[in-house]
Amino acid sequence: MKKYIRNLALLVSVLSFAVTNVFAQEMIQVKGSDTLINLVQRLSESYMEENPGKFIAVTGGGSGTGIAALINGKCDIANASRLMKDKEIAQAQDGGINPKRIVVAIDGLCVITNLKNRISKLTVDEVGKIFRGEITNWKELGGDDVSITLYGRQSNSGTYEFLKDMVLKGDYSSRMRRMNGNAQIVEAVKQDISGIGYVGVGYVKEEKGLTVLNIASQAGSEYSSPLNLNDVKTGKYPITRPLNQYINGTPKGDARDFILFELSEQGQKIVEEEGFFSLPDEYREFNNKALGI
Amino acid sequence: MTNLKERIIHGIFLINGLLVVIVLLGIFGLLVFTAIPAFKEIRIGEFLFSTNWNPTSYVKPAYGIVPMLVSTFMVTLGALFIAIPLGIGTAAYLSDVANQRVREIAKPIIEILAGIPSVVIGFLGIVLVGPFISKIFGLHNGLNALNGAILLAVMALPTIISLSEDALKSVPNAYQHASLALGATHWQTLVRVKIPAALSGIIAAVMLGMGRAIGETMTVLMATGCAPAMPRGFLDSVRTMTSTIAIELGEVPYNTTHYYALFGVGLTLFIITFFVNMVSDIILHKHERLMK
Amino acid sequence: MNKKHLKEFMGFMLLRICIGIIGLILIIILYDIISKGAGKISWEFLTAMPRKGMTEGGILPAIVGTFMVTVITAILAVPLGMGCAIYLNEYVKDNKITRLIRMSIRNLSGVPSIVYGLFGVVLFVQLMHIGTCILAAGLTLGLMTLPWTITASEEALKNVPNSYRDGALALGASKWQAIRTNVLPYAVPGMLTGTILGLARAAGETAPILFTGAAFYLPFLPKSLFTQFMALPYHLYIMSTQHHAIAKVRPIAYGTALVLIVLVFTMNLSAIILRYQLRKRRME
Repeated sequence: MKKYIRNLALLVSVLSFAVTNVFAQEMIQVKGSDTLINLVQRLSESYMEENPGKFIAVTGGGSGTGIAALINGKCDIANASRLMKDKEIAQAQDGGINPKRIVVAIDGLCVITNLKNRISKLTVDEVGKIFRGEITNWKELGGDDVSITLYGRQSNSGTYEFLKDMVLKGDYSSRMRRMNGNAQIVEAVKQDISGIGYVGVGYVKEEKGLTVLNIASQAGSEYSSPLNLNDVKTGKYPITRPLNQYINGTPKGDARDFILFELSEQGQKIVEEEGFFSLPDEYREFNNKALGI
Repeated sequence: MTNLKERIIHGIFLINGLLVVIVLLGIFGLLVFTAIPAFKEIRIGEFLFSTNWNPTSYVKPAYGIVPMLVSTFMVTLGALFIAIPLGIGTAAYLSDVANQRVREIAKPIIEILAGIPSVVIGFLGIVLVGPFISKIFGLHNGLNALNGAILLAVMALPTIISLSEDALKSVPNAYQHASLALGATHWQTLVRVKIPAALSGIIAAVMLGMGRAIGETMTVLMATGCAPAMPRGFLDSVRTMTSTIAIELGEVPYNTTHYYALFGVGLTLFIITFFVNMVSDIILHKHERLMK
Repeated sequence: MNKKHLKEFMGFMLLRICIGIIGLILIIILYDIISKGAGKISWEFLTAMPRKGMTEGGILPAIVGTFMVTVITAILAVPLGMGCAIYLNEYVKDNKITRLIRMSIRNLSGVPSIVYGLFGVVLFVQLMHIGTCILAAGLTLGLMTLPWTITASEEALKNVPNSYRDGALALGASKWQAIRTNVLPYAVPGMLTGTILGLARAAGETAPILFTGAAFYLPFLPKSLFTQFMALPYHLYIMSTQHHAIAKVRPIAYGTALVLIVLVFTMNLSAIILRYQLRKRRME
């Protein structure tokens, strides 16, 4: 019996050594934003269909996770729904990584509420006050006398950081429930009449079960919806942002090939199908510069 | 020649044996070593006593572990509140009331329960216990400390049951015979003689179950809502030390203050579970000596 | 019935309720997972790759990943566990060193799984530069399983009668020879039992592999030890919390949960059957 086990163990260890001498598989490792993951997974599936033999692994974890992975040298492309902070860029450069940014799509960040909620529009300032925890009841905005329940993401989320920097300009209320992804926020707000949350526009594309608020940049200016293509592209909708990918240095090889696919007509069509907005010209120029075209 | 070979083999086994000690010291040492740089930037007072954990704050990064400690202890104590009566009752049943056939069915049941992976229990917390709690209490969302406490109770029960049963079984028969001879019923014997006699063993079992609950990660990560604020009650969303590490370690760049601080949390966790296990050990030894 | 006996009746009824609750808990758990997961199980589910952003297809890479990482766990934990048990039981029965070792074993088994994960990240992923891969995750799980394999192996060794050892020694065998020929062959089946139980636990663990190698989605099967991998427990975790279409993939989550517990139960069951057969053989 013992001899059998010893032989089996030897066999397994020999096999595993044999296996490890095969090349670690060549693949493009993409990590990061949950807002982007759906989109980039679809893009990579399309790309892999057209280019058999090329492998792309797309994983989530939030923009913070992707950027950390890029800094740690653990991925090729970091999906980020926010910009890298100066501190992060400095850290990357300390480690010999030179982050270059590509914009793959435009997002209009949606503030969502339950269908039964009477409120249908807010100003940017009101959104900030709500998520900072300064407004705590819907009646303060003209709605029902119900305590507001906040649904947001965790600190690894680019969407979380983006809203914090652009709208809140302060810290989130400590009472906000931290969900693990855009989809969870959608599910939660659909079921909670007191709920309010924020998600990328790609996540409300086919959702009939909630209200997407119209937002005005200031009290008195016009309200616009993130579902309106023009308003987002012209910047009239106040909470728009570029969806980015960061790479180490000027993109080369397989990664460059994939990025070119994402920016191509075919890729941008997929962007629109997934509910986001394709790139306006000024971003195309920005990308060309980053790609060295 | 053979003597030398024997000595070498003895040496190999000795090193093999000492490996566990090395691993334990290694874990402790590595945690300490990786956590220390955090305290160049964070005052220990803030770490241990501040009620605000917000390393990515817009204003000023805060590294207080009090909310996590409170969350951990809330779910643990809640779990014990459920698991202690249930566990000791079941153990008493198995050792004193059940006949052989029932015992043969019960043992596998408890082993199966013990074998269910923590991520499956956490999953059930999301799909089963959560909606149940939100319906009963009229909440919007059933992911809170109560959910975590129930799930942790399920995970701690097998440990508490089997060790308590061992403790009860190790009470010498003489105690039972003497009590019955004096006219006590079986129930009175159980409650007034056997359980008190086995008490130290039972306490050790409970502490081991408690250690298990404190250190559990996936179950609480999935089922407690993970709000980092100081919890206000059992129906509030909580975030334990284990959840915090699991959530934030993935997003943090290596070798930053935040990274080191997470190891500080891990070190705190290690120290707490180490302490609980040591106490349980000492009590168990006392029990074994008493029973001899 | 006088008061004493009434109290006894009610007391024992209370205890019966306790065990009833335990049984009920298990039934609820199994019923929920089996009823909602069984519908998803099919040959395709078990052998196909995930498709369309993991909303369709199967979980083959997770099954393969779990298998591979458990093999590495076994390679680390089994020989080292047996060796430690042999030292404790055969060489030195009780001195300061053995008491230190035993104390370390008990403490290691109480260390939280996420702390093993932290240790794995620093030691295997960073310091040893193995990176996040099957090997790093397997080694981390191996360390975590070590207390189990040691304890199980010691139990098995204790069950070998001393006469076996004495007999060999009396015939002039050296200590190692006696162990090798007269103790180990009879102890190994028992060691295997406990080892399988420990490996079943390792297969279901998520926290140690979170940061040492588990990946959200890989479009291929891992072909080397130095790549990341998908794993059943991690897959269940992300399907139920981090996927971008949670409600849509709920059935897949249930299916994954079912496959995972079937795997764990099968391992446990084979260990239990093995133990039962050994006990029977020992009675003869």
